[in-house]
Amino acid sequence: MSRISEAFKNGKAFIPFITCGYPSLEATKEIVKSAAANGADLIELGIPFSDPTAEGPVIQEANLVALENGVTTDKIFDMVKELREEVSVPFVFMTYANVVFSYGTERFCQKCQEIGVDGMILPDVPFEEKEDFVPTCDKYDLDFISLIAPTSEDRIAMIAKEAKGFIYIVSSLGVTGVRSEITTDVGALAAKVKENTDVPCAIGFGISKPEQAEKMSQYADGVIVGSAIIKLIGQHKDASATAVGEYVSCMKKAIL
Amino acid sequence: MSRSRGRFGVHGGQYIPETLMNAVIELEEAYNKYKDDPEFNRELTELFNDYAGRPSRLYYAEKMTKDLGGAKIYLKREDLNHTGAHKINNVLGQALLAKKMGKTRLIAETGAGQHGVATATAAALFGMECVVFMGEEDTKRQALNVYKMRLLGSEVIPVKTGTATLKDAVSEAMREWTNRISDTHYCLGSVMGPHPFPTIVRDFQAVISKEIKQQMLEKEGRLPDVVMACVGGGSNAIGSFYHFIEDEGVELIGCEAAGRGVDTAETAATIATGKLGIFHGMKSYFCQDEYGQIAPVYSISAGLDYPGVGPEHADLYDRGRAKYVPVTDDEAVDAFEYLSRTEGIIPAIESSHAIAHAIKLAPTMDKDKIIVVTVSGRGDKDCAAIARYRGEDISE
Repeated sequence: MSRISEAFKNGKAFIPFITCGYPSLEATKEIVKSAAANGADLIELGIPFSDPTAEGPVIQEANLVALENGVTTDKIFDMVKELREEVSVPFVFMTYANVVFSYGTERFCQKCQEIGVDGMILPDVPFEEKEDFVPTCDKYDLDFISLIAPTSEDRIAMIAKEAKGFIYIVSSLGVTGVRSEITTDVGALAAKVKENTDVPCAIGFGISKPEQAEKMSQYADGVIVGSAIIKLIGQHKDASATAVGEYVSCMKKAIL
Repeated sequence: MSRSRGRFGVHGGQYIPETLMNAVIELEEAYNKYKDDPEFNRELTELFNDYAGRPSRLYYAEKMTKDLGGAKIYLKREDLNHTGAHKINNVLGQALLAKKMGKTRLIAETGAGQHGVATATAAALFGMECVVFMGEEDTKRQALNVYKMRLLGSEVIPVKTGTATLKDAVSEAMREWTNRISDTHYCLGSVMGPHPFPTIVRDFQAVISKEIKQQMLEKEGRLPDVVMACVGGGSNAIGSFYHFIEDEGVELIGCEAAGRGVDTAETAATIATGKLGIFHGMKSYFCQDEYGQIAPVYSISAGLDYPGVGPEHADLYDRGRAKYVPVTDDEAVDAFEYLSRTEGIIPAIESSHAIAHAIKLAPTMDKDKIIVVTVSGRGDKDCAAIARYRGEDISE
């Protein structure tokens, strides 16, 4: 059992996404600590990419700012290594295939194990291409997280049967970003996933408000929030830790 | 056994969000159903011939040949196609396919605007809705094409993210496609992106080399010694190469945009300066930094200003079957002026990269050798920008 399964043992899991280095790596450290202290069960750490094709404007901007500030994969590894001494919740890297591939998949995964990262999410690597990464992830005890989308339909069983860690259910069409309403029948989607696996599943994309999180948590084992948190960080800049902590605490209460 | 589809050697594949997977699978199934269908091919040939003006001419550039004093130069005149470039070949094919699939809306990315104009044209012809994504920087460089697309009834969305050029337009078109799939076909403009696009676009562009071969046999009774074309994503080049790949005696040369030079950061010469990576749905060569961040590339040519190259080109390079040479802005502009002056043909600045290499290569070859250069598009759209490059400000 990976450390990720621990994240789903404390009621419904709340999973915040944080872009590393936005607005600075020091700020990211404080934000992560605050999120963990306020009830985050697993934390998605985004490694910025120059051209994040699955992201909406908010996370695109965060990626850009972080890169302009000189953040690199190596600097993020150093930050996470330091964080690991103080924070025990599971960490999952979320980035794009080229960031891992260009670093050297073997070297990247080895480094993840060394600094205590538990999994990775690559939104531009679907089921058909995951063999580029999965064997190496397995070798270094990293869970390669699978995504399931509203358009997956006949692909759900195939994906779910090979899933590890948790399944990321994409609530809506399109890219990441806050949505006032989620119109997909996420309940049916999650039910179909659950028919095919015992791996926990978490719903993300478009969730920002406690009411939405509460509703989504009825269908799944956890809720993922990205853009709403990045927006908060955009407002509070280097002093975001308290605001993010309060937000995480409020969202975790909503789904308990 | 690998589950990955659409590989050219190690390149290609389908590196896209799960949301799009069923869309590309549906596209592949539809393409496999129609590609050998006599009715589909009859309709497409009719569109090629009666609407786009094919076959395009293979023109013996006698003055240029004599002036350079070496190999005989033929120009494959894709600039004479309707809408003024090779892009229409692919677009008519994809629009017809989209129509058969029941799609009512086309989206596209565009760099120089040629693919955008071609897509807007096909959308008008087929009565489909059309949205074109174009880097804001390019909408300024190619204002005339923006006007044309709007005139043809399309919406043009300027993309402000990143370097506001072709790569950002592709990213934005992909984002839009994940947002609206059921009625929308993404009419990708080059031999790039996830499978099946590199194959579909190549097949529709392969009409170029099919015609060159036939026309060359009629005119010279033999195959050419060299076929060359400019390469951004690489669709006119793969179209020009395809039917010669098995003919080992025919040298294939792709001309990349070196911008201000391959030893500067202001270049878009992917094969000369890039390394293996994964981006925009494919594994191929990309200009990138040591951490895999995609480089903000540069070329005077908006159509070649792209940090990657199609996977089939990457494989032809790996296998040594084709070679790729960098051509600078300066060389391309010189060639733009040279062909205008020498043959009375104003080539697109993209195509001028291939002309520039022909100018270098021809004098080094014997007079009994033959070079075919594909003039992928016409240069009307570039006149204002080239005038500016030469310090002359003209209004369009």
